[in-house]
Amino acid sequence: MNFNNTGDLVGFWNLYVIIIVAVSIIGCAVFLWMQGSAKHKPGEVTGHVWDETLEEYSNPLPSWWRWMFYITVVFALAYLALYPGLGSNTGSFGWTMRGQYDAEMAAAEAQYGPKFNQFLKQDVMTVAANQEARDMGGRLFQTYCSQCHGGDAGGAPSFPNLKDGDWLWGGTPEQIKETITGGRMGIMTPKGTKPDMDAEQVRDVVHYVRSLSGLTADSARVQRGAELFPQACAACHQVDGKGLQAAGYPNLTDKVWLHGSAESKQIEIVTNGMQNQMPAFGEFLGEAKVHLLTAYVWGLGGGVKPEAAAPAEPAAAEATPATAEAASAEQK
Amino acid sequence: MQSQATYNYKVVRQFAVMTVIWGIVGMLVGVIIAAQLVWPELSVMEYLSYGRLRPLHTNAVIFAFGGCALFATSFYVVQRTCHTSLFAPGLASFIFWAWQLVIVLAALSLPLGFTSGKEYAELEWPIDLLITVIWVAYAIVFFGTIGIRKTPHIYVANWFYGAFIIAVALLHIFNSAAIPVFESGILTPKSYSAYAGVQDAMIQWWYGHNAVGFFLTAAFLGMMYYFVPKQAGRPVYSYRLSVVHFWALIFTYMWAGPHHLHYTALPDWTQSVGMIFSLILLAPSWGGMINGIMTLSGAWHKLRDDPVLKFLITSLSFYGMSTFEGPMMSIKTVNALSHYTDWTVGHVHSGALGWVGMVSIGSMYYLIPRLFGRPEMYSTRLINIHFWLATLGTVLYIAALWISGVMQGLMWRATNADGTLTYAFVESVKASYPFWTIRVVGGVLFLTGMILMAYNMFKTIASGKAVDDAPVLAPAHAH
Repeated sequence: MNFNNTGDLVGFWNLYVIIIVAVSIIGCAVFLWMQGSAKHKPGEVTGHVWDETLEEYSNPLPSWWRWMFYITVVFALAYLALYPGLGSNTGSFGWTMRGQYDAEMAAAEAQYGPKFNQFLKQDVMTVAANQEARDMGGRLFQTYCSQCHGGDAGGAPSFPNLKDGDWLWGGTPEQIKETITGGRMGIMTPKGTKPDMDAEQVRDVVHYVRSLSGLTADSARVQRGAELFPQACAACHQVDGKGLQAAGYPNLTDKVWLHGSAESKQIEIVTNGMQNQMPAFGEFLGEAKVHLLTAYVWGLGGGVKPEAAAPAEPAAAEATPATAEAASAEQK
Repeated sequence: MQSQATYNYKVVRQFAVMTVIWGIVGMLVGVIIAAQLVWPELSVMEYLSYGRLRPLHTNAVIFAFGGCALFATSFYVVQRTCHTSLFAPGLASFIFWAWQLVIVLAALSLPLGFTSGKEYAELEWPIDLLITVIWVAYAIVFFGTIGIRKTPHIYVANWFYGAFIIAVALLHIFNSAAIPVFESGILTPKSYSAYAGVQDAMIQWWYGHNAVGFFLTAAFLGMMYYFVPKQAGRPVYSYRLSVVHFWALIFTYMWAGPHHLHYTALPDWTQSVGMIFSLILLAPSWGGMINGIMTLSGAWHKLRDDPVLKFLITSLSFYGMSTFEGPMMSIKTVNALSHYTDWTVGHVHSGALGWVGMVSIGSMYYLIPRLFGRPEMYSTRLINIHFWLATLGTVLYIAALWISGVMQGLMWRATNADGTLTYAFVESVKASYPFWTIRVVGGVLFLTGMILMAYNMFKTIASGKAVDDAPVLAPAHAH
């Protein structure tokens, strides 16, 4: 037995549905007709009395009400002739919910597709300079991105600000497009690569990290934390704490704290690890809309020109080739 | 001399008083969550967050307020119209205390986060089992009383109560069927539905819509069929109409559930069947309204100075309006606009406040003085004020949500020249705030009316005395 939206009921169950639906609807009309022809004495009571005063008039069914009832039955039968309802019978209109969806999507693609596709021929930076494209990208952003990144793209705790030029995964047109298309998954393991750290050591390493960006920190803890950092954190965040953009490892030396800069929050993250995710939009939105969104986000003020980002890459790759490889494997 | 048989008013009295009290509690929670939508900072602590209080509100108003009103009136009506005392009075007393226990358990477990996740059936399995036991007891007491009746015919109100008891038993057992996680223990219960995927959704809305159909419609029609002709002092308009609309209503309601799942994974044919039976349901639903309102024909003048009758007749008007609106909303193209918007919530409340609330309130104002040996309520003026507060509150509530609902539906589907959506979702939320504020005002008015009712009730009780000696009347001889 396989129920699906095209309604392919088969065999016994198909017959069962057809008969029970048809008999029930026609049965309503037959019952109404039989009761409608019963004898009445309008204005007189039936003769039964309950609880001293409760009586009933022997009035007939109001005829407007009877006709309303019949009309709904006729409508139901006509509807079943035209639309799916009698088992696997599709109805003479051949309508299906899926068919309606496909037709509406195809019509929208025919009407609107060219408006979006026209920008695919241009590179992202050119599109970003086009006011019409920016407006379209902005509307897409409000629909698909603003829930997390905010209506003004300014972000929120745990949801990155897209205007500030600080990029977890890179701000060149290609990198932004890759982020939107495939999504991103940032994973920090609990206690980094030194799972045997106790609570005090976690606190020490947090204080060292705080000192890197000038947040208040206890100097004794900073000293002890500095010794733990290479073993616990440097595999991802690098020895200098500046992270590795190619793998989405955050820079710990700047002022940007995606999940907040409170000590308690940082201790929580180091202790329990952190997972943060941006969903993939490539299949859902299609290439043309992703292209427009890329241009819009790139043009918000933080976009990086491809040539400016170029020199950074070999240096980072040289520093820890193993981690970069591991990271790209993780991404897949 | 043999002592004369008396009606069992005790259990009726207990349920009647608790109807008013649980009404205030349930509606207060409703006002709180309505306010949380306007001022989200009111959502403090997980226990009092919107997500936990919302099921508490629905359970409290449907099963605590509505449930107590139905127990009170059905036990009263079945005795009076069968001309006999209640069958198995000990069991009736058990029902009262066990039902209060269910309500208290719901009030504790829902804020604590125990839920089966099924709308209007959120209570976890140990409470579900208790409800099952209570419901079997209820059926024994009710049908037992019918069985020992002294009249040859069963009065129409009892047909509706009877159908409600049988249907709710079926609905509760099938929809709540679940596999408990015994490891989590009886005090921290957890269970998984016996059904999966779209079948689970279909069973849920078969239940959900028939909870409306049998708990909130058929049963309250039973209430209407006793208290409207009693208060109006007129015979029921048409016996034939009550026969036809009763059978048609209970038969067609059972099919209507799929309209809650339009444009989902439910097969097309199932959606269509749900829609056409919802449309056929219009006439059977209106049969009750016609029979109630036309019962007043020839006695319309009584509406001028009888606020109890005003409650009852206004409830029928809201009933007629929402049972017209429901079939319209079940049409797929209308549903495509209305579904997931405030329109649905407004529709439910035109039934819940306007119909269920008002018919229960009117019936309680009829019952309470009779249960406490008073000719009438302590203050008729307060009933009048209550009537206007309730009417105004209901109208403000549903009008506000009609507007916000249609607005949301239109905003969500509006597109620009390039096919992109005109509004981000959050813009529709922002645009809804004024209407949500009006909804809070409507809810506060309705709640204020209930508080006046409680005052009026306690003053009546204070000046009266519990009636336990109302003699069972001999049935009138049929012509």
